[in-house]
Amino acid sequence: MESMIKQKIKEVKKGDQSAFEDIVTFYQNKVYHICLRMIGNAYEAEDLAQEAFIRAYTNIHTFDERRKFSTWLYRIATNLTIDRIRKKKPDYHLDAEVKGTDGLDMYSQMAADQALPEEEVESLELQTYIHKEILALPPKYRSVIVLRYLDELSLQEIAEVLEIPVGTVKTRVHRGREALRKRLRHV
Amino acid sequence: MNCKKEAVVLMHKYMDGELHKEEERRLRDHLNTCQSCQNHFHELKRATTLVKNTSPVSAPKNFTANVMNNLPKEKKRKSYVRYLQRHPLITAAAVFFILMFSGIFSAWNQDQQVTVSKQENLEIRENVVIVPEGVTVSGDLTVRNGDLRIDGKIDGDVTIINGDIIDGEPQGEISDEFDNSTLRAYSGELTEVNQIYEWVWYHTKQFFTELFAFGSDE
Repeated sequence: MESMIKQKIKEVKKGDQSAFEDIVTFYQNKVYHICLRMIGNAYEAEDLAQEAFIRAYTNIHTFDERRKFSTWLYRIATNLTIDRIRKKKPDYHLDAEVKGTDGLDMYSQMAADQALPEEEVESLELQTYIHKEILALPPKYRSVIVLRYLDELSLQEIAEVLEIPVGTVKTRVHRGREALRKRLRHV
Repeated sequence: MNCKKEAVVLMHKYMDGELHKEEERRLRDHLNTCQSCQNHFHELKRATTLVKNTSPVSAPKNFTANVMNNLPKEKKRKSYVRYLQRHPLITAAAVFFILMFSGIFSAWNQDQQVTVSKQENLEIRENVVIVPEGVTVSGDLTVRNGDLRIDGKIDGDVTIINGDIIDGEPQGEISDEFDNSTLRAYSGELTEVNQIYEWVWYHTKQFFTELFAFGSDE
């Protein structure tokens, strides 16, 4: 897979725009996932993920092919998302609230169409709750937790994505985990 | 073991997969004896498991298509620049040709005066170079910015730049004779250069002829 992506990147660098389509298809879920879990709003996540891919395309010539493309791409996505979080900090809690109702809306619609088994409803609610708790973390802990546990990156990879020392990543993962422990204790 | 400091640090090291054998043993021993640390450890593991097990999300439909539609169109100029950056040899060649052709262009515009490569025994009258009757020019002849009339003979190639060849004798009388190419007034090849592109082509040809001649000399 990695070699296929490398080949595609070479083609994009040569000016073949259509080769980028395969790259987007391959990474769209991961990038969207990172953005969604960090920003907590589906529309904004889509917007951010799209922006991340466009930035990756316009700056593709700065990508060093000896490095891992995913790391580079995730860095663009996380940086964009972190910037967005910083900008909208004042109304952040308001947004989290909207996200919660979004989930509820979807769930009630589904329930109207077809009755879900009790368990599934519970797991949906639980997931929504967990996502809310992740979103309640301060952004610097949120980013490492999302990359560590949702995208299963290694500590080294997270350090490269966020361009911070591995030691800092470790500290943030530890504190993020402790914060989650307190928040999810009663689940 | 200090619960708050040492044990918790070891727990996190364990979860990062960085615990040594010895540390692992110490942590296990401590957890066996300390209930509060056991709880702490259990909560940590549970929290990460809950976070890990959230179902994966997939990007919205048409995400790829949307991205592709929003990509900036390749700018022509930009792609040229990139192309040149990647092919320094072509860039060097392009610069070389620009310099060479600009030199030729300026030479073309430089002088409108009649010039002939060989002056001996030739008459120049109102932009017409005449090879008088009975005169034989040995070697190649180049006429610039003027017509050439050959009454005599030229033993070599003829090059006329920005001019024409005028037949020396009235056309009607000797056309039969001169039709035969073996009887023409010059023995070599005739080259007429009238347009600027021909002029450029002529120079390029000459440049390469010289280049190869130079190469074969060595």
